[in-house]
Amino acid sequence: MQSSSSRLLLCSSKPNSLFGSAVTPTLPSSLRFPPLSLTIPNSTSSSIRLRSLRSSEMASQDQDPRIARISSAIRVIPDFPKPGIMFQDITTLLLDTKAFKDTIDLFVERYRDQNISVVAGVEARGFIFGPPIALAIGAKFVPMRKPKKLPGEVISEEYSLEYGTDKIEMHVGAVQPGERALVIDDLIATGGTLCAAIKLLERVEVTVVECACVIELPELKGRERLGDRSLFVLVEAEGA
Amino acid sequence: MSAYTHQDPRLHGIKTKIRVVPNFPKSGIMFQDITTLLLDPKAFKDTIDLFVERYKGKNISVVAGIEARGFIFGPPIALAIGAKFVPLRKPKKLPGKVISQEYILEYGRDCLEMHVGAVETGDRAIVVDDLIATGGTLCAAMDLLERVGAEVVECACVIELPELKVHTYIYDRVVNV
Repeated sequence: MQSSSSRLLLCSSKPNSLFGSAVTPTLPSSLRFPPLSLTIPNSTSSSIRLRSLRSSEMASQDQDPRIARISSAIRVIPDFPKPGIMFQDITTLLLDTKAFKDTIDLFVERYRDQNISVVAGVEARGFIFGPPIALAIGAKFVPMRKPKKLPGEVISEEYSLEYGTDKIEMHVGAVQPGERALVIDDLIATGGTLCAAIKLLERVEVTVVECACVIELPELKGRERLGDRSLFVLVEAEGA
Repeated sequence: MSAYTHQDPRLHGIKTKIRVVPNFPKSGIMFQDITTLLLDPKAFKDTIDLFVERYKGKNISVVAGIEARGFIFGPPIALAIGAKFVPLRKPKKLPGKVISQEYILEYGRDCLEMHVGAVETGDRAIVVDDLIATGGTLCAAMDLLERVGAEVVECACVIELPELKVHTYIYDRVVNV
C-alpha cells in the first residue's frame, strides 16, 4: 500500500549536483514502526544499542495516523538555498499546533523509558525540536553550535561540506562520561553535521543511543555515513 | 514587571543556574549564559512553567521566538499553551517569502525576518528571547508582528539587564521577565 502523504523529492538533473542525476519521483514503500519489544531495557551499558529493524527505521503511516498530518505540514521550497535544491521547510509544521505536538510526542514515546540523560540539538532547527523532547523525558538539553557562539570553554569538531569545511562546538562540562544521549536535528541529508555531533559526544565518552530527525533524505546516504549508529526519522523525502 | 519581585520559590533555582562568562563576546561584557540552566531539567522545566502559567488561557495564538536562543524557550511554551511557533531569523535563513525589519546595533545595523503568512491579522502574540539587553531585537520582532496585523500582548525573556539603557519607545510595551 502506498502512502499518498509521504514527501516527494524531485532531484536535480545536473550530473554534478549534490542530489545526483534526475530520477522519477515515486512514493516510498511503507515501513513498519518498530515494536516496543525492540526498545532496550534500562541500562547504562554502552554495548546495548537500539538496533534498526531494517535499513530504514521509520514511523509508518500505516501504523501511526499522526504521520500523515506531519508529513503534509512540511512545505517544500524549490531552489533554496540554491538552484536544484528542494528545501524541506519545517516552519509550516510549527504553525500546525496538533502536528507539532504529534511530532514531539512520537519522539517522546520512543525515548521516555530509555534512560536518556542528554538531548543534544544541532543549531538552529535542532533547538526547536530538542528542548520539548528533553523536557518531556527529563533530560538535559545541550546546544551544539556554530563556532564562536557558545561563551564558555568549548570542544570543536570539524566536518566536510560540499565545498570546504565547517565546525560545531559544545561546552566543556555539559556532558559527563557514561551519559546516554540523543542527537536531534530537523533533517538528515548527507549526515555530515550529525556525524560531527556524534563525534563530539563520543570524544567525551558519552553513548549516543540514537540520532532522531523529523525528515530524512535517503538519496544523500546520511544513514550510511552514520555507520552503525542508530537513526530514527518520522518522514522520508525521496525520489525513486 | 519582573516575576522575581514576587518571589516565586522556583525563581531562585533558575537564577543560580545561569552562568556569567566575563569578557564575552568582547572585553567588559559579562555574558549571561543560559546553557547551564538547560543542564538542570528541573530548573529548565520551572522556567517554562512560569511562562506557561502566565500565558495559558489568555488566547495567545502565536509564540514568536528570536533566533537562536529564543528557539529553545519559545517552542515548549507554544506547545503547552496551544499556540503556533514562529521563528524570527537572521537574513537569508528562512526559505520562503519573508518580510524583514532592520534594527540598529551599537555599531551598524542588523535585520530580522519572518515568513509571510506565518502570522495573520488578529493573531495574539508573545515574543520570546533568552535575554533583553537594549531591546533592539525585541522591538524589531514586535514591529514585524504588528506590520502583519498581529497584537503583541507581551515580550517574555528569562533575563533582563536593566542597567542597560533601553530605547525610549520600548516603554509603551509591557516586558515580562
